[in-house]
Amino acid sequence: MSQTGIISDEEVEILINDVLEHHGYDFTGYSRASLKRRLSRLYSLDKHLSFAEFRYKTLNDDVYFKHFVEGVTVNVTEMFRDPAFYQMLRKQILPNLNTYPFIRIWLAGCSTGEEAYSIAILLKELNLLHKSLIYATDINPTVLEKASLGMFPLSQMKSYSENYIAAGGIKDFSSYYSANYNLAKFDEELKRKMIFSTHNLVSDRSFNEFQLILCRNVLIYFDRPLQFRVLQLFDQSLENLGYLALGTKETIDFSPISATYKKVGTEKVWRKVSA
Amino acid sequence: MRKIDALVIGGSAGSLDVLLKILPEISPNIDFSIIIVVHRKQGMDSLLSDLLSYRTELKVKEADEKEKILKGHVYIAPSDYHLLIEKDFTFSLDYSEKINYSRPSIDVTFQTAADAYGDRLVCLLLSGSNADGVNGLISAKKNGGITLAQDPESAQVTYMPEQAILRANVSAVLKIEEMANYINSLSLNP
Repeated sequence: MSQTGIISDEEVEILINDVLEHHGYDFTGYSRASLKRRLSRLYSLDKHLSFAEFRYKTLNDDVYFKHFVEGVTVNVTEMFRDPAFYQMLRKQILPNLNTYPFIRIWLAGCSTGEEAYSIAILLKELNLLHKSLIYATDINPTVLEKASLGMFPLSQMKSYSENYIAAGGIKDFSSYYSANYNLAKFDEELKRKMIFSTHNLVSDRSFNEFQLILCRNVLIYFDRPLQFRVLQLFDQSLENLGYLALGTKETIDFSPISATYKKVGTEKVWRKVSA
Repeated sequence: MRKIDALVIGGSAGSLDVLLKILPEISPNIDFSIIIVVHRKQGMDSLLSDLLSYRTELKVKEADEKEKILKGHVYIAPSDYHLLIEKDFTFSLDYSEKINYSRPSIDVTFQTAADAYGDRLVCLLLSGSNADGVNGLISAKKNGGITLAQDPESAQVTYMPEQAILRANVSAVLKIEEMANYINSLSLNP
């Protein structure tokens, strides 16, 4: 069958194999249609002259490889995306965590950090931030560097402010950042309760126990077997009675962990009910 | 006649009316899947599935990720995600950058459908105000698929089908009242 993308199916498999063998990054469990689009996009954005050149740079140029990982993974995110979900965090989930002396939250696949700052704002408003720690992880070191700066385009603030209000926020959203040219720099206080670290959901293990794990719009890029493995990793990393939150189109139904989880409310949140 | 596995319909402004008109006329016995990608505001998902399911005996549902694509079903792309077709005829969702200012992008679904279905695919582009879908039609045709555009004369917003006719060398141009018949004729058991 002829190909519509710039990168052929065979070339996709060659790159996956190269990247696994030479760099230790395992993309074998990624959904192919999306991965192929990402690779074709990267190939044309970077104006490669041939597949051989693309492959050579990916294999041998470590600086380029960092850029490759950033380009292949999807890093689109926003603050208070899906306000109904954040409303539920604010009203139900986070207040329930108040009984713990210390709250540990894992945000897996945090990308450039917009969700981490959104959660920190909720914690602050609920007076929980002082005893919370947000572990924000991503496969991709470049986006973590951006996340740790806590600066987002000022042009986005109007829409983020609308999301914040739709999610039940009643303060002046602009009180959380200071405008600096075309960037909004968020308060240091929010960042002090975040730990940014690389973590590869495909190959790295559980590193702590949490009361809340959020991983939204990451599993959609994985095939079923990898989704199940990652859900098991979350299960191992979640305390009993802890919460797992996924993206609006993701589910734990039909997965090996579903038997010990109970759905909470109408959003994609489950509670671990027995160990 | 050649067997078709999927009909993918894309549209933007002015396309919902067309869908509401043609869906009741489509035979419930069609032996292929229908996949619909329309640009719209976020959060209107269930409304659109409901609206369309009232008009047909075919099973209408929003596409779920990893869902197996079945014949005789009508799938709707959820809002704010790209809808992709995998080679094993399941759906994938993708929250990557907007394409042509759109998510879902019609191009993305047409192109991945072209990859998965090859010449067993029909793509139809309806009324709309941007050119999302035109590149997808080109890919579909290149892979042997049949490509169709709404007759701009009958479109509320003409730009999208006009661009399709201008740039994608479509297999046929259809008036609204011709569409259901054409679609039914694609089925081996109408």
